[in-house]
Amino acid sequence: MGEPNFALPEAKQVLYQPAGGRRLFSDPDADAAREYFHNKSRKKVDKTTTAAEAVARLVSDGDYLGVGGFGANRIPTAILHEIVRQHKKNLGLAGHTATHDFQILVAGRCVNRCDVAYVIGLEARGLSKRARQAVESGEIEITEWTNAALAWRYKAAAMGVSFIPARCMLGTDTVQYSAAVEMECPFTGKKYLALPALYPDVGVIHVHRADVYGNCQIDGIMVSDFDLARASKRLIITTEQLIPEEMIRRAPDRTAIPYYLVDAVVEVPYGSYPGNMAYMYYSDEEHLQEWLQAEQDPKTLADFIERNIYGVPDFWSYLMLNGGPARLAGLRHQETLLEK
Amino acid sequence: MSYNRMELMISLASRFLEDESIVVVGTGAPCAAAMLAQTLYAPNLMIMFEAGGIGPLLPSMPISVGDSRTFYRALAASSMPEIMETCQRGMVDYTFLGGAQIDMYGNINSTMIGSDYSRPKVRFPGSGGANDLASFCWRTMMITVQDARRFTNKIDFITSPGYLTGKGAREAAGLPPGSGPYKVITDLGVLGFDAETKRMQVESIHPGITREQIAANTGFELLWSPDLDTSEPPTEQELAVLREKVDPYRYIIGRS
Repeated sequence: MGEPNFALPEAKQVLYQPAGGRRLFSDPDADAAREYFHNKSRKKVDKTTTAAEAVARLVSDGDYLGVGGFGANRIPTAILHEIVRQHKKNLGLAGHTATHDFQILVAGRCVNRCDVAYVIGLEARGLSKRARQAVESGEIEITEWTNAALAWRYKAAAMGVSFIPARCMLGTDTVQYSAAVEMECPFTGKKYLALPALYPDVGVIHVHRADVYGNCQIDGIMVSDFDLARASKRLIITTEQLIPEEMIRRAPDRTAIPYYLVDAVVEVPYGSYPGNMAYMYYSDEEHLQEWLQAEQDPKTLADFIERNIYGVPDFWSYLMLNGGPARLAGLRHQETLLEK
Repeated sequence: MSYNRMELMISLASRFLEDESIVVVGTGAPCAAAMLAQTLYAPNLMIMFEAGGIGPLLPSMPISVGDSRTFYRALAASSMPEIMETCQRGMVDYTFLGGAQIDMYGNINSTMIGSDYSRPKVRFPGSGGANDLASFCWRTMMITVQDARRFTNKIDFITSPGYLTGKGAREAAGLPPGSGPYKVITDLGVLGFDAETKRMQVESIHPGITREQIAANTGFELLWSPDLDTSEPPTEQELAVLREKVDPYRYIIGRS
């Protein structure tokens, strides 16, 4: 028996079929992105700043946003609150399981378009009434995707290519209301879905540790943040803890995000609150229920947002308002199973 | 021994999970079924969560498929691409999905109710990872209460693919061959899919439930298995494990 011989395809016209009729909210062109990254600063300088300064400098009205973590797990809450506090408008959002993050941005009326894989729900906790209303009323324009599709759209961008083939969504209404294209594999002739690369204008990721330059370590699951960090044109990092560069150099295999991707580093202890932060603190389920309850009525929601976001100068004040160190100690105990 | 319908559905679902296979689960009843199976029937069942958790020793019910319980003392804390690529590669045997509507081919709607997409009567969260899992995993299962609105003749939106329009339709659409819906476990019976037509068919009826009740709670014409059976109720052992180990706070079994 000789080696198997796989025939290369004959030259032929390949068929591309737009599968979805919805709008593509961002430019998938890899050369346009290369041009941007060509000019991105490589300076290894101290990038520490405040959430307020980072948002003022790096987030503009109309930008497309990608948020790290997973809904209410390892989310950059301080930056999301700051986006609301600074009244940013007409943002696009990757709804890659966007739960509490979506809820915050929608409460501030910051988003006008969303690539949806999963929004509105807060998983087992229930549904956000305000977020549902924002989608049902057409206030937010929607294009449908899936979690894998959005994860791979980041991956295509991180690879520096303009699309990636996948085998999900095919045959369903999800694809009909997407902006994906059906194509034929040039090698096997089989049907694939071409997913356009997703290069967010701004990525925002909360990590366990970072140095002042932006070298980051993440503990626990990465979700899609490895690719989101690389796909984002500008990247804001919030970190539980600032660490010396020496600690990064002692464990280089732990560096999930190298400094040259990063534009701002903000130290925010308990920065994922009221979300979960792996190995550090559990989600504050009572506070998340308070949010959901406040949304039952526009007036109580307005009061709730006034009290928790507009009415406080920064994230630390928000933590103090909601129980401060005593509450946070309880959540640490829950996370480490010292209490249920 | 008395039991509620949630305990019944979870017990039945747990028996379909083979040892030394891989399942991706979400929160709630599917997670409970996988934990029960792992305790009693499939000690080497590998449980994965779509956000990256691989093989955790679950200390309690996760509230999110990405919370830290999903990788507590796990074999690996990986990523969303890692899990989804493992599914697409063909290494994940089972998954469980939920939804607002299901049709006779096992197509599932978790996106919207209404006839106009741009003005939905009710909007739901969307696919999340459901469409991906239904596209890639070899066998898709569903645990759900059964009524004529949910088991519908006219699905408003196909979020996740079942057998689409029947035999061969998944393959024609470009989905990986050989994958698709496997069992639908309801509070009335266990339903599978006819090999020829890929239509939903009743395989067993729960104790105390009639054929007429099942038909009345289904919005399309069901097929009936020639080997139609009565479902085996939960055993004392299943109930003990469910109540004492899997869900002691009754987060899920208390929902019945």
